[in-house]
Amino acid sequence: MDEMTRSNLRGRGGAGFITGKKWELCRDAKGSDHYMVCNADEGEPGTFKDRVLLTCHPDMVFEGMAIGALAIGARHGLMYLRGEYRYLLEPLRDVLQRRRDAHLLGNAIQGHAGFDFDIEIHVGAGAYVCGEESSLIESLEGKRGTPRIRPPFPAEHGYLDQPTAVDNVETLCAATHIALQGGAWWAAIGTPKSTGTNIHSVSGDCDRPGIYEYPMGTSIDRLLEDCGARDTQAVQVGGPSGKCLSAMEFGRRIGFEDVPTAGAFMVFNRSRDMFEVARNYAGFFAEESCGFCTPCRVGTALVVKSMDKLAAGRGSRRDVDLLSGIDTLMHGTTHCGLGGSACNALHDTIVKFRPSYERRLKSLHFEPAFDLDAELADARRATGRDDAAAHLESTP
Amino acid sequence: MTTLAKTGNTSDIGPTFSLDGKDVPFEPGETILQAARRAGRYIPHLCWHPDFHAQGSCRVCTVKVKGRAGSACTLQAAAGEEVESSTDELNADRKMLLQMLFVEGNHFCPSCEKSGNCLLQATAYEMNMEDVLFEEFYPRRPIDASHADVLIDFNRCILCELCVRASHDVDGKDVFAIAGHGIGTHLVVNSMSGKLVDTDMALADRAASICPVGAILPKRRGFIIPIGERRYDPHTAADPGTQEAS
Repeated sequence: MDEMTRSNLRGRGGAGFITGKKWELCRDAKGSDHYMVCNADEGEPGTFKDRVLLTCHPDMVFEGMAIGALAIGARHGLMYLRGEYRYLLEPLRDVLQRRRDAHLLGNAIQGHAGFDFDIEIHVGAGAYVCGEESSLIESLEGKRGTPRIRPPFPAEHGYLDQPTAVDNVETLCAATHIALQGGAWWAAIGTPKSTGTNIHSVSGDCDRPGIYEYPMGTSIDRLLEDCGARDTQAVQVGGPSGKCLSAMEFGRRIGFEDVPTAGAFMVFNRSRDMFEVARNYAGFFAEESCGFCTPCRVGTALVVKSMDKLAAGRGSRRDVDLLSGIDTLMHGTTHCGLGGSACNALHDTIVKFRPSYERRLKSLHFEPAFDLDAELADARRATGRDDAAAHLESTP
Repeated sequence: MTTLAKTGNTSDIGPTFSLDGKDVPFEPGETILQAARRAGRYIPHLCWHPDFHAQGSCRVCTVKVKGRAGSACTLQAAAGEEVESSTDELNADRKMLLQMLFVEGNHFCPSCEKSGNCLLQATAYEMNMEDVLFEEFYPRRPIDASHADVLIDFNRCILCELCVRASHDVDGKDVFAIAGHGIGTHLVVNSMSGKLVDTDMALADRAASICPVGAILPKRRGFIIPIGERRYDPHTAADPGTQEAS
């Protein structure tokens, strides 16, 4: 625990809470049982680092869970595996069995009396919102994946109302490294507020997509150069719920002080239409909203409707303003972080790539919800007319 | 006596917090909304009801504490805290949330039996809502008239889940549940057929009278109370005794 505190490791799932502090809170919380949960519900579009870790380094993840269990006093471990990663279930179970056989799991681990810990794997059902720790716990309990009212936080009242530490796959791997090499070693990498390294899932318009590990504090430029990206227009850091950066911001650095990330690094070159990028994300969030709170349930659907209208060339300046209004509302009023961040890409693209929105606006002096003149086509056909007077005025 | 010096004082009336500059006493463990409601103050709300545990889904009671927004029905009151509620910004947010609820379902007040008794309508009046701002979704939702005494018009459901809670907590029947996700989230009736007639719901159940809008209505009572004499005709949703529809 001391080494974890010294390392100042912050969670890699997106929220960036200090892991040592979370474990301390959980350890000190009263309960009949403590639970160690690994959040392997990697669902952020553009993120695939956890899949690689679970495929290539499963022992490191399970080791991290056992270390966490020792720190918080947990006997039970649960891994919440993303539904789409079901194919990893059997290999992961084999790894667990091998670890049990090697006395790395089970009763009296490595001969230490009282250090009893085992891990079960629970497969999710494909809901993005279950990556949020409290809905993940609801789902583990067999309920609908809806985020809980917080506080209380899972560290005190989590799975079955017991103290529960929920940590991301990458965080647990880092914990294993810290246990082996010490907290000071980890803290010496990166920056003071963002210690250690960070794994990026690089995808999009670049020559060498894949997994990249860098010390925290690395600049966007450096990543772009290393992955062979050219003529880059924008980078979406942290996935749709993260930040969309334009070329003038590529000097910024990845870390909790500047550009935080949950692992996704999506590159868009100048051939990409950033409006369509944001529209794609809007569809994702509307699909994945759990539907619990008003602003997210209705707001995400309204964003899709407005963007479809813009895409069809029937939008007006008012629609862009309305989108900004929904974005502002959702930032302040949603029940959980999914809703709060659902409009991030929309916001960033409206601010930074406004021309991609404006070129779609129909320059009419009224605010069109539909094309009134086109609707009159049947009437014109019926009356055999197509003269100017049979058409609505179409310019302001 | 200045509010500043008084706020948070625990000596005579117990701990207080300030709501829009005026002190509200509270008991430890109470939420901001519970305390404000008990003191006769108004923080607009739809899914919260004093008889039930907080849910926090409608978000209409969103307030700001130290610049951070949160729902008053789930935030614990804390001594000396300054809570903003009736500000232009927050009331504009509330209005937009109400507009979202109005376009999400099919809410035609002039032909609705709940008009005048409806908390959604009354709250919209309080927030000076004059239009729906957004394009309506006009969803196709069926009506369940299968039960002898209770009618369900899903078109008007605002997903406050008060019926879900009432049926579970008070009636012990679990007649209602929520299904679907995103904009497709909807109220369902917990029976094999999905029809109310195949549940043990009774007219006397709390779940039959809790609906703040016109989604769950008793049959054969339509317009027994004439327009003009309804709950929100002499009163408003802000009045201490009529902050909930029932």
